[in-house]
Order: sequence, then C-alpha cells, then structure tokens
Amino acid sequence: MSLGMALALLGAALATGLAGCGSAWGVGVAGQAAAGVVSEDPSQFAKVLVLQLLPGTQGIYGLLVTFITLSSIGVLGGDPIESTSVGLMYLFACLPIAIVGLVSGYHQGRASVASIGLVAKKPDQFGKAMLFPAMVETYAILALLVSILSVTNIVQA
Amino acid sequence: MAIVKMQKLSICANKKQRKAILNLLQSMGIMEITQTDLDDQAGLEKLDTQAARLKYEKRAAAYDQVLDLLAKYDSGKGTGGLFADLDQIPRSRVDGLAADRHKYNVEAADILKAEKKINECAGIIQKDENAKLALEPWLPLDIPIDSPGTKKMSLLLGTLPGQIDDAGLYAAASKDMPEPAAVNADVLFTANNVSGVLVMCLKKDADQVEGNLRSLGFSRPSLPVSGIPAQECESLDAEIKEQEEEIEKQKAVITAYAGEKENYRILSDYYRSRAQRYRTLGEIPQTRSTFFMEGWVPQAQADKVASLLTEKFGAFVEKEEKREDEVEPTLLHNNWFSRNVEGILASYDTPSHGKVDPTFIMSFFYVFFFGMMLSDAGYGILMAVGCAVILLKHKYLKEGLKKTLKLFFWCGISTTFWGFMYGGFFGDAIDVIAKTFFGYQGTETLLKPLWFEPLHSPMRLLMWCLLFGLIHMFIGLGIKGYEYLKDGDIVSFVSDIAAWYLFLLGLIFMLLPTKLFSSISGMTFTFPAIVGPLAKGAAIIGAVIILIMSGRANKNWGLRIALGAYDLYNITGWLSDTLSYSRLLALGLATGVIANVVNMMASMFGNSPLGVIVFIVIFILGHALNIAINALGAYVHTNRLQYVEFFGKFYEGGGKEFKPFKTENKYIQIKEEK
Repeated sequence: MSLGMALALLGAALATGLAGCGSAWGVGVAGQAAAGVVSEDPSQFAKVLVLQLLPGTQGIYGLLVTFITLSSIGVLGGDPIESTSVGLMYLFACLPIAIVGLVSGYHQGRASVASIGLVAKKPDQFGKAMLFPAMVETYAILALLVSILSVTNIVQA
Repeated sequence: MAIVKMQKLSICANKKQRKAILNLLQSMGIMEITQTDLDDQAGLEKLDTQAARLKYEKRAAAYDQVLDLLAKYDSGKGTGGLFADLDQIPRSRVDGLAADRHKYNVEAADILKAEKKINECAGIIQKDENAKLALEPWLPLDIPIDSPGTKKMSLLLGTLPGQIDDAGLYAAASKDMPEPAAVNADVLFTANNVSGVLVMCLKKDADQVEGNLRSLGFSRPSLPVSGIPAQECESLDAEIKEQEEEIEKQKAVITAYAGEKENYRILSDYYRSRAQRYRTLGEIPQTRSTFFMEGWVPQAQADKVASLLTEKFGAFVEKEEKREDEVEPTLLHNNWFSRNVEGILASYDTPSHGKVDPTFIMSFFYVFFFGMMLSDAGYGILMAVGCAVILLKHKYLKEGLKKTLKLFFWCGISTTFWGFMYGGFFGDAIDVIAKTFFGYQGTETLLKPLWFEPLHSPMRLLMWCLLFGLIHMFIGLGIKGYEYLKDGDIVSFVSDIAAWYLFLLGLIFMLLPTKLFSSISGMTFTFPAIVGPLAKGAAIIGAVIILIMSGRANKNWGLRIALGAYDLYNITGWLSDTLSYSRLLALGLATGVIANVVNMMASMFGNSPLGVIVFIVIFILGHALNIAINALGAYVHTNRLQYVEFFGKFYEGGGKEFKPFKTENKYIQIKEEK
C-alpha cells in the first residue's frame, strides 16, 4: 500500500473517530441530565430524549465524510490512489469535520444539558429549548460542508 | 391566514340563571372570561369558591389515580398509549353518571383504600424481609437470642470484628483467668469480616469475660426479634405469606372494578369541568340578585352569543370597547393545510393583534425544507403512510396531536418528492438489490434522479439552497415592510426595508458575474451591459439610505451616521444567515449517504439464502435508525431556519393566546344531542 493511501485512511479514520468522540461525549453528558429529569418526571421522557440526541449528529457527519473518502480513494472498489500528495490532500480535507465535530459535539452536549434543565422546569418551552443546542450544530454543519466539498473536488492527478 | 378579530362582551344577568349561563358558555367554549372593570365596586362581592373548586379538583385527581391503578393491576386491554382516542360520550350519559356520582365516589374510595392497604402490606413484607436477612447468620443458634442464661451461668451472644476460631476465642475470652477457665466459646459464623460468637461462663466471671471480649470489639447483636432464630424465621415467612395473600385479595378488589373504567374516565372529566366552572364563578362579581361578567369572543360569533343569552336567559349583553391597558387575546384561523404548523409557531411565540400571522407562509417553507433535509422517497412514503394510518384509525385524537400528525403527513409527501428529485429510495436500494440479487450488470443507475444527484454536484445544490434561503428571508423582510405600510409608516418602509432590498439585490447582482463567484460555484452568469451599473447604483443608493436613515431616532448627526454605519455592518448577518441554509444540503447528503452505507453493509453477504436474510435484517435495522436520526435532525433544523433566520427578519410575537372558558377534558369528548 502506498503512503498516500495510508495518509488518506488516517484522514478517514480521524473524521469518524474524533467527530464520534465529540458526539459520544455530548450525548453522554446530556444522557445523564436526561435520566435525572426522567427520574423525577417520567412524562418528560420524549422531550429530553430528543434533546439528548441533538449532539449525536456530529458522529454521523464524521461517518459521512469517512464514507465519501473511502469510496473516492478506492478502498471500497475502484482504483486505489498512489500519490502521497493526493493522500495528504484527503487527510487535510477530513480535518474540518474531525476537529469541529469533536469540539462542537462536546459543547452541544453542554448546551443540551442546560436545555434539559429548562424543559424540566418549563415543559412548555420545548421549542425554544431545542434551539440552543441546534445553534452549536451550525458550525459542525459548516465544517461538514467544507469537508465534503474538499473531498469531492480533489483531483486525483 | 389571519388573526381572528375579537369582540369584548359584557354580560349582566339574574343570579338565578348563573349556573345555566356558565354551563352554556363552557360547553360552547368560545369566550375568554376576563376581570370586569366596573367603576362602582360598592355592593359587589365575589363568591369564595376555592373550597368547592379544590374539592372537585381532588375528586378528579382521585379518579385519575383510580384509572392509573386499574391500568396497573388489570392486565386487560390498555388505553391505547400515545395515540389514545378521546371517548365519544353523549351528553345524556354524562348527566346520568353525574346523578349517580355518589355511588361511584364510594367505589373510587374503595379502590383507593385497597391500594393503601396494598402499600401497607408491601411495607410489612419489606420490613420482614430485612429482619430475615439480619437473622440469617444466626440460624445455627438453637436457643432464644435474648436468652438470659441460667441461675449460675451467663450467656454472652454477639459479634466480633474480623475472623476468629473457637480456640482463639476461648483464649481471648479467658484472658487473665486461671486455667482451666470455666468458659465455653463457640464461633457460630464468620462472614463479611464479622464473627458471631456465643460464650458461656459462670455468672461470677461474667464481668471479667465480657470485659475481655469488649476489648476485642464485642457487641451484642441488634436484632429486631427475640426467640430462637429458626422459629422466628418461620413466623416471619408465615407473616410474609399472609401479607402476600392480602395483597392479592386487595388486587382482586381493585380489578373487580375494571369494567367501570369508562365511567371513571367520564366522571374524572366531569369533576374537572366542574372545578373549572367554580374557578370562573369565583372571579365574577355579583350583587344579591345579579351578576356581571366580561370576556372576549370572536367577533363573528359575538352577535350569536349575545342574542342567545338575551333570548334564552333574559340577560343584558353589551359590546364593549377595548380598554387602553388591555391586550386582545390571539386566536389564529388558517386553512386546512397551514393550520397544522400553528403549534410550531406557538412554541416560539404567539403573534399579537395588528401584526401579520406568519403561519400561512411558514407552512409552505416548513414542509418544503423538511423534505429537502430528509429527502428520501422511501422514508417519505413510510412517514406519510404511517401518519395517515394513525389518523384514519384514531378519529378522535386530541387536537394538538392531530395537527402534528397531519403536518408530518405533508412533510412525508414533501420528503417523497425530494427523494425522487435526488434519486433516493432507501438510498440506492433499488440498484443495490438489482446488482446483488438479480445480476444487473449495467453501469446506468436504475432509479434516475428527476433533478440531479447531490453527491455528484454538491456545489450546484449549495447554490440552490442559498437561493431558497434568500427567497425565504426576503419574504420575511417583505412581511416587515407590509406591516410598516399597513401602519402608514412610509419612512420606515423606505429606510428599513426598501433600502435593504436595493442594497442586497445590488450586491448580489454585482457578485454573480464576477470571476470569484464562477470559480466557487462553477456557474457563469452573463448579464446585459446595463445590469452592472444598475446593480452598482442600487447597492450605493441602498447603502446611503441605510447610512443616513438607520439612526434617525437620534438628533445628533454624528451619532446618527455612526449608528447607520453600524447597521450597514448587518450585511455580515445576512451573509451568515444565508450560509446557514447550507444545512439543507448537508442534512440531505447525510440521509442519502448513510442510507447507501446501510445498503452496502446489507449486501455484503452476496446472493445466497443467508445473504438474503442478512440483507433483510440489516436493511430494516439500518434504515430504521437512519430515518429516526435524520427525521429528528430535519425537524430540529427546519424549526431553526424558521425561528432564527425567518422570524429574525420580522417577527415580534408578544401576543396572548386565546384561552376560552371551556371543558378541558382529558379522556372524553362530549357529543351534544339535539
């Protein structure tokens, strides 16, 4: 296997790995808060579950970029890449979602925890509570977009 | 597509008619009762109804509890869970039950008493179990635990920390005593670093031996029982069994009433509406023989209500003007389609009178954007069919739930539409199945997108998303402009709305033909020569108007220009808002690509009997997960686009929701009979 392929695979691994870590972290802290609320008021289950899941999307974005990368570098069939510089390009293209996924996943989780607290006190404010974590996600979406645009536009010369 | 006009009515009537009038208004449910503002308060008093109200609320709660208990102990048919229909009950049945309510109150009390008894028994069982647990190590002992010994002999029964054997115990107990000491030492058990010991000695040596033992940490057992442990255990077992039988008996008492569930539901709602009536009654000022009330009614119905009250009860009804400090309650009225997003709007804020109700416009964009984000024909069909089936099966759902289901039905249709546009039906399921199981060899995709495939030209779709976003926000700005025009505020319209349109459109048309734009998007625009200068002119005029007019509230020209310049900086806000619509692309891609990953994993085992089974299992699980996560994402981000980007341009909210005096039923819907 060429060095270029190894670098590209590193990028693909980082995308799912780091973004997944961010989501796991975020969903984890939000889950603790959600379980606390449900122990007091089980009827809030559906609402707090939705809030808990909000930081889960970064991991999916990471998976998305990994998959597009894997299929364009030829791991899933097709011609595998040879050049080291092309491999490096794929590595860098994967970095936005990897890094932003990690950080935004964690912070979205923190925002979710706060929103879960809000819903516990004022269940009718669910619509607004949902909005605060969704604000954080914007940056993960932007990073995802940059990663996708980069990966799909790399010229394998 | 509008906020319903409200009319304030004031009613004065004979006190004898009070109950009948309140009953009628409650069953009509179209009037929001407000505090009256009679100038002369002398001779008026309010009835203290708190005690009665609390009593009825407690009754309603008691029936709720009874229903919970019946659901808990009666393993029969459930209540239908999330999609529980409201029972359709004719008015005469409710009246009949209400007349018999004392009988049912006794039954309810019976059930609650049985539950109390069950809890008591459970408490006793718990206590006995604990006692048994504490007693268990002492079972080898065949004398009573509190046995005092004999005339000449003392018994020392207790625990020592740590582990010890008989010889060690003897040595420790008989310390400082002449050998052979008259001491008999037995270790009964050793567990969890504690040893149970039994030491016998002569009465005269008792103090000495106990002292020896105490220095090792000896303590007498604190057991809740006395007597021989084995016998005590048996009697505890017997008591537990007895209590368990009692619990079963009480459960039988409760489940015997299972057939009455529907009656309890009706009565719970009966008491609830009665409590509401008393709450209202407590707010109405009255004299010895008359009472007054005021409230808001939809204007279209005002005359009907007035004439009904006048003819039927001889009441005096007058149309009133709104007071200065009063806020009219907001009731929305929308067409059959747009009505379904009212809940989404309300969870942001209720629009106030004199402003625009954005429900109509929002409903189209909501469904449109949701579809773009989920964008898979298979998922869309599942969603639409699922919602339709629930709606057809359950005709009498609560209003809010019904609207939500209808909204998601339409979102499902839109998702199906976008799925075919992008060529996604459970991802690339059709092609994968054809290739894996039917030996399709061609390179052509079988399900061709009607428009284009997002993954192959993401930049092109991104441009479309931003365009949809701009349209969405321009409409928002337009609504603000419409509000200004309606208020006759031409200056604000020109300087806050028209100027921004000029400025933004000018900038956009300047950007489109540039190299920069074509290198980003791969699209080249060539406009007639006139467009360039026109766009430049529009942008400059818009910018100048904003610069000069934005801070017009200030007299100081320096400050005014500074504020104008700051407002111009809002262009960055427009840029980031526009880019925010890129989520339409990102979420659309997410659904499609994850669906493809699922299909790929599912088809890994190839075309064999095992392969087919694996395919089906992974296909179902994978797509179920994908649909759940992405539908949630689409819902959240559609809301966000409405709340932040769209509402941010114009919406102020601040209205007060119309809360008519009506029967807030939890279980039933009363059918009026002619």
